[in-house]
Amino acid sequence: MERITKNQVKHVAHLARLEFTEEEIEKFAFELDEIINFAEQLNELETDNVEPTSHVLDVQNVLREDEVKPSLPREETLRNAPDQKDGQFKVPSVLE
Amino acid sequence: MELFDHTLSDLHELLHKQEVTVTDLVKESFKRIKEVDDKVGAFLLLNEENAMAQAKKLDEQLSEGKADPSEILFGLPVGIKDNMMTLGMKTTAASQILDNFEPVYNATAVEKLIDANTITVGKLNMDEFAMGSSNENSSYKLCRNPWDLSRVPGGSSGGSAAAVASGQVPFTLGSDTGGSIREPAAFCGVVGLKPTYGRVSRYGLIAFASSLDQIGPITRTVEDNAYVMQKIAGHDHRDSTSVDKPVPDYLKALTGDIKGMKIGVPKEFLAAGVEDGVKARIKEALAKLEELGATCEEVSLPHSKYALPAYYILSSSEASANLARFDGIRYGVRKEENELLQTYKKTRSEGFGDEVKRRIMLGTFALSSGYYDAYYTKAQKVRTLVKEDFEDLFLQYDVLIGPTTPTVPFKIGENVEDPLTMYVNDILTNLMNLAGVPAISVPCGQADGLPVGLQIIGKHFDEETVYKVAHAFEQATDHHKMKPEL
Repeated sequence: MERITKNQVKHVAHLARLEFTEEEIEKFAFELDEIINFAEQLNELETDNVEPTSHVLDVQNVLREDEVKPSLPREETLRNAPDQKDGQFKVPSVLE
Repeated sequence: MELFDHTLSDLHELLHKQEVTVTDLVKESFKRIKEVDDKVGAFLLLNEENAMAQAKKLDEQLSEGKADPSEILFGLPVGIKDNMMTLGMKTTAASQILDNFEPVYNATAVEKLIDANTITVGKLNMDEFAMGSSNENSSYKLCRNPWDLSRVPGGSSGGSAAAVASGQVPFTLGSDTGGSIREPAAFCGVVGLKPTYGRVSRYGLIAFASSLDQIGPITRTVEDNAYVMQKIAGHDHRDSTSVDKPVPDYLKALTGDIKGMKIGVPKEFLAAGVEDGVKARIKEALAKLEELGATCEEVSLPHSKYALPAYYILSSSEASANLARFDGIRYGVRKEENELLQTYKKTRSEGFGDEVKRRIMLGTFALSSGYYDAYYTKAQKVRTLVKEDFEDLFLQYDVLIGPTTPTVPFKIGENVEDPLTMYVNDILTNLMNLAGVPAISVPCGQADGLPVGLQIIGKHFDEETVYKVAHAFEQATDHHKMKPEL
């Protein structure tokens, strides 16, 4: 059964801020379907009473004193900026 | 004998006896790179001028008696995988989207090596954003296996393993999310450790899957590996997942004595799918370990077959979130369009390679509304089961042992068509990342003239026992002395 349609691929691509040609969309629909099919093996396992693991170690919230410390100077943080103006990152227009 | 056939402690001794200089070592490294790296393709960037200047300074310190004699790594050349930040030295993660990126700080692991006065000779090739098992996903160039240039070096730390195996540097740093240190170490016949999750700071490591990623050393010998690990391990307030536990003296663990040690051999690790040649070497290794006084018993990791799909769901999901930061706004290569959304899309679509996009798509899908519980939460639950399998076995066994990879290194191009076939290379390594346990790959001979790796897995934060067993095995055999002809 085909789980992943071309429209779904387009939707996911938009969420991921990616764009593809029609040909690539078709390829992704097929490949993702295959991988998802592979992942469905997990459904063989009964996991209703299993806690999910997001972190393997028993580390709880890590807190520190709220002290002011030096951070990177502005020029340094902007050093790799593709575009900048007045000490800030410059971006293309967001609103029409 | 080549200079880099010496162990790190021998090189250290040669330096302090003034039989070689730091400049000699750095020159040797660049000489070797010039001789062989056209063929191997391990380095993406060389840092020759700075490295030579730094060598000169360190030589002055040495001759003035200002070098700390207890600092084993002093003056030794190192290569760094290109997904670790190196101040002022271009860092791309082998991706076009970071083609112009110059970090403004060092990764903690890199900083600790610099503090030990090592010399960074360059940045090493890898699969783009560490996604791959063959180094074929580098957007810059192929990296080849020094044992057979028509074969892959493994990945994603392919450059890190190939550089050590071909004698270009005595040690390197790699990173391991699902086998990315151990698989290339096995394929190239060198030693690679994936430490316990949380043992080495990930600060400054370009994140692939944050709950799985760890930095670790790749070296020629186990002792060398322990020296590097000694330096990079430890808590870092800039990585809140790094653990504040004292770092033991790893060198003290290398006693050669493994009498009475209990070794579990998961039967799933020697099941169908593992090549006969690989199986034969592992069985010989187990016999050797018994000869040294350990006992080996067959055990089971019952959920191991589910680890691979769980790993791909979790690692791709985390990757899709982590790689959202590459949008061409604050750093990296921007492909500017008239408005912001299109700028994001064009920047990312042109900047990322196919495998990276495939995983971002898979991860975004698995995290999207309506599918999150079915895939992501399900995989997290399976992760719990895999972790519990290990916990159960470690109640009874000191270490678990098996092959690092199911096959010897495959031909370049052989597995690129089908992503699923490629993913199967991780089948014996990714479950340790899911469980967070440490694991090392050490050379255990050859099959069809190609290296085979023995994998030794330990309890959380018990790198000592892993090193102890690896070292005892290595010293009782000659496999680590094998060298490729180039």
